Amino acid sequence: MADKKDMRDERHDIDISDSGHAYENRQEIYYNDNVGGRAVFVDSKEQYDPDEPYNDQVFIPEKDRDKAPILQVKNLGIDFGGLTAVDNFNLTLGRTEIGGLIGPNGAGKTTIFNMLTKVYEPTRGEIFFDGKSTKGMTTVDINKAGMARTFQNIRLFDKLTVEENIKVALHHTTNYGLIDGMLHTPKYRHEEFRIRKEAMKYLKIFGMTKTADYRAGSLPYGAQRRLEIMRALATKPKLLLLDEPAAGMNPSETSELMETIREIRDRFQIAVFLIEHDMSLVMGICEGIVVLNYGRVIAKGWPEEIQSNPKVIEAYLGKSRGKMEEEEEKEKADIEKALRKGRLESAASGKPDRKEGE
Amino acid sequence: MAERILKNISSRGLKNAVKGNEYRREASISYGILIGGYILFQILAAAGLIGHNLQGQFVPICVYISLAVSLNLVVGISGELSLGHAGFMAVGAFSGILMSRILGQSMSFEPAIIIISMLFGALIASLAGFVIGIPILGLRGDYLAIVTLAFGEIIRNFMNVLYFGFDGNGRLRFAFNHTIEGVENNDRIITGAIGATGTKTMATFTWGLLLCLFTVFIVLNLKNSKQGRAIMSIRDNRIAGESIGLDVRKYKLMAFVVSAALAGMAGCLFGLNYSTLVPVKFNFNTSVLILVFVVLGGVGNIWGGIIAAALLTVLPETFRQFADYRMLTYAIVLILVMICTYNPAIKARITGIWAKINPVKKKSGSSGKGKGKKSRKGAA
Repeated sequence: MADKKDMRDERHDIDISDSGHAYENRQEIYYNDNVGGRAVFVDSKEQYDPDEPYNDQVFIPEKDRDKAPILQVKNLGIDFGGLTAVDNFNLTLGRTEIGGLIGPNGAGKTTIFNMLTKVYEPTRGEIFFDGKSTKGMTTVDINKAGMARTFQNIRLFDKLTVEENIKVALHHTTNYGLIDGMLHTPKYRHEEFRIRKEAMKYLKIFGMTKTADYRAGSLPYGAQRRLEIMRALATKPKLLLLDEPAAGMNPSETSELMETIREIRDRFQIAVFLIEHDMSLVMGICEGIVVLNYGRVIAKGWPEEIQSNPKVIEAYLGKSRGKMEEEEEKEKADIEKALRKGRLESAASGKPDRKEGE
Repeated sequence: MAERILKNISSRGLKNAVKGNEYRREASISYGILIGGYILFQILAAAGLIGHNLQGQFVPICVYISLAVSLNLVVGISGELSLGHAGFMAVGAFSGILMSRILGQSMSFEPAIIIISMLFGALIASLAGFVIGIPILGLRGDYLAIVTLAFGEIIRNFMNVLYFGFDGNGRLRFAFNHTIEGVENNDRIITGAIGATGTKTMATFTWGLLLCLFTVFIVLNLKNSKQGRAIMSIRDNRIAGESIGLDVRKYKLMAFVVSAALAGMAGCLFGLNYSTLVPVKFNFNTSVLILVFVVLGGVGNIWGGIIAAALLTVLPETFRQFADYRMLTYAIVLILVMICTYNPAIKARITGIWAKINPVKKKSGSSGKGKGKKSRKGAA
């Protein structure tokens, strides 16, 4: 078996059917990382009994601990054919928490979002949104229950105006029927006037009222991202899922976005769960962070803890902090060796080996 | 931030990005064309400048305009290809004729008969649209087109075996596939493949105009309502539509049913324009003809469809001697439209010509891009 592995190492190919070995290797590495019992959380089968109620109340911010969590995910998993994309994913999100989900490309982050919003039906596990199981719900039901999302590849209604994009999101709060709509009755006029004002209120959050009459598809990239967040917000969610909100934004735009996300949370008192590769944003606003790789949670904790954990940094953020001690160097070399063995690096991102450069 | 966005937009040269009061503009252009055209044709007819043949086409022109506008609801606004529009037209035509004959027994006030018949035609056609729409709207693109095509043919064949008539006591009788007992020849309403006979022709140009105005009114209003926005947003991005809680099937069905109802209404007026109407009139060619109006006028463009429908009905009538080449010309014109609207070189040439004609636009910096954009939108 070992010979076979080495041979594959030389070829440097990615064998999906072999990804199970990668899991095993990774768990070997991170299993003993329980710093202080909770800082870095190792998710492995040994630690869970699926029959026992899962409780990680400790991972939600103190301010939310007295309230029921908005989202509880238990042992979530999905298979595509024979490939396990996400497995044993657990999460508890506080009522007004800003949570972050990070991990290398292909780790399964967007898949988790798609399962939460029922674009995919999970193969295993349960999702409790606002205390209720979302089993059997459709994407539409999920949104009506109060979960709204944005997309990694922007999905706006390109040919509608910016204002109309918001108005569509206000659809369910607009009270008139088809006949009113076709004949433009006084009821229609009254309601349209009201939702126009409301749409402007949302546009004001990002200061986009001046672009209200522009086609959404003609906006610059960053503005499209902001519009998507506003559109999601206009459905009046309790939980906002943001899939890479800062992608394609420059640093000043990102910091502006950071402030806005925090503002949105404070103003609407909702929870935010976001996927992001921009670490300045994640570390800046997230109160709790989950690190995912190969469809499994490898670490959970507060930003400082995630940040200060050298292994997480090495493996997932690709940043080196100061000089490592000799011992750590050696350890690092061991990890790298193990990583290569598991072909974590090549399979995870397809990026050139960043460790060597830094 | 807004300034930056505006600056960014202008630097990218997206002058056509501003939609502004598009709905109002579209509405005024559409109503303007309809009323202007009506007045123009009436004057020309009164002055004796329009031949008898063409005068006979006034009602069909209006019917085709309103069919093009209603099909635009499905093709342009909902973004689905439907090839069975003539089927709904047929349903409306025959049920409308039936209603007009029933009412004609006791009523003599024509406007009331026409209105009630048209509403009845619209009702039956919308029911047909609903029944057909439920199973097929889960399909997308080509598959939907194929099924709607089949539906159009089914309707036509169904009409071929449908018999309606009054018996000696003036009671309505109907049967499938054989002549009805006890019905005199001149009391027949619908006689299978022979179609509707003995219809009192009540349709006039004015009714045609009213029909067109009503259709445009409904379609434009719907487009600018919450339902219309939902339909258009599902067209633009189905997944995003679902993610904000829009029921995709419901709104696709809504567009389909409203479109069918309007087609039924137009079909009814069409039926009331001829004393004899054969089901074969509503074949696949008619569906394609309506689609040609929509495509040529610009998918999603209401007033473009109006002009295309009027032109493509008037021109064949005017150049009747070249009738053999009609289908050939359609094909060439459609191919040219598609090439011209997607070829950047030709688009640039058109832009250049447009800029010469419209120097004011050039001055304001838009460099006449409007034409290219409009035509691109048209074929999209």
